Amino acid sequence: MTTSTARAPAGGTDGALGRPLVVLEKVNKSFGPNQVLFDIDLTVHAGEVVVVIGPSGSGKSTVCRCINRLETIDSGRITLDGVPLPAEGKALAKLRADVGMVFQSFNLFAHKRVLDNVTLGPIKARGVPRKQAEQRARELLDRVGIAAKADSHPAELSGGQQQRVAIARALAMDPKVIMFDEPTSALDPEMINEVLDVMTGLAHEGMTMIVVTHEMGFARSAANRVVFMDDGRIVESNNPDAFFSHPDTDRARDFLSKILHH
Amino acid sequence: MGVVFGHLSDYASGFWYTVALTLASFLVSLLVGIVIATMRISPAAPARAAGLFYVETVRNTPLLVLLFLFFFGLTKVGLAYSIFVSGVIVIGAYHGAFVAEALRSGVGAVSKGQAEAARSIGLTFSQSLRYVVLPQAFRTVVPPIGNIFIALTKNTSLITVIAGVDLTSAADRLNTTYAQAIPIFFGAAVAYLILTIPSGLAFGWIERKVAIAR
Repeated sequence: MTTSTARAPAGGTDGALGRPLVVLEKVNKSFGPNQVLFDIDLTVHAGEVVVVIGPSGSGKSTVCRCINRLETIDSGRITLDGVPLPAEGKALAKLRADVGMVFQSFNLFAHKRVLDNVTLGPIKARGVPRKQAEQRARELLDRVGIAAKADSHPAELSGGQQQRVAIARALAMDPKVIMFDEPTSALDPEMINEVLDVMTGLAHEGMTMIVVTHEMGFARSAANRVVFMDDGRIVESNNPDAFFSHPDTDRARDFLSKILHH
Repeated sequence: MGVVFGHLSDYASGFWYTVALTLASFLVSLLVGIVIATMRISPAAPARAAGLFYVETVRNTPLLVLLFLFFFGLTKVGLAYSIFVSGVIVIGAYHGAFVAEALRSGVGAVSKGQAEAARSIGLTFSQSLRYVVLPQAFRTVVPPIGNIFIALTKNTSLITVIAGVDLTSAADRLNTTYAQAIPIFFGAAVAYLILTIPSGLAFGWIERKVAIAR
């Protein structure tokens, strides 16, 4: 019941798993005396969309933050495309460039125009010439439906627009995987869909995604796999159809009954 | 006031010396402040310790003692800088400790998510400081930096004691000759106000200019 490997990818893809891209093995993490992750094993394959759900405080966000080492782990191993996470320094920066991150609170650079938010990483971390970076940024902004706001500052945008810029900023690095840490939790209801639409589009294009969310509709329609966490442990991992129609554990059943009732 | 208007050129030469000393020292204090603030928030513990040591020793020592120590002390060991250069180094280094603390508080005021987002797109620690955190920190520290600038302007008067030819020393020399302390030092005070009041207004203008909506 506590298996943490994929049983099968969901329908809608060709069913073949790509190479293991993000691999967590026996990851443990504590904040002071509080242990927040217990022996987390998780493998995300290239092209896979993994949705992580669970009650708040269950460790979902911490898993994301450990994968690009915004949080350090106490024991265990995390590899990205076969490479173990390096310690702080240039090598880590290089590796983070390959891992996109979209935050609940957007975290757009408040002092920079939308366009410069998107080009900063490619120019400074990758050495892409400005002109080329700007052209690509405009394409990405167009793709997330926000090209007209390229010269605005983040504070002039709605939450949904800011989050779409954040997605374009992550995409600009051509990441191997993008992590979404509750990307719609800080949004007004009418803005949630504009962000989910962009994410669904990415999922269909084969982007590897790890998504922490409470949007069960997105999990059903876009995920290859749903990982259910509780109290710092992965309790269930299954394809969305199986997970939502007959969860294996009481804990998952209980959680689903609470969130799906209203 | 006749003694003042009769010696405007003495005031003027002292005034311009003070202006030059203020600007050069302020530039040094900004550079020192950036370096020390970066050390104080660095992930490397030895750098943090060195930054803390600098701030606590330098800002807790009287500026006048540092000036004497530097100017007369270095002469003892065979190093000598001109009075002006000594003043720039000591006044700059001293106020640099205060600039560092102001910057550090400014960095603390930039939300943690900004630095995390910067690191997430592959910027190194120093790049994330340079391109994301410090430019925003500067905006919140304009008022305290303005205070430091004004304090620095007034503190340049201490260079009088190592024979600098600034505004205060110009007034002091006039007073030695004419013994009319009230008009002479009133004139000096007015000259300092001519310098400091517009600075305060300028910093207020900069503050409004660089303010960002959050």
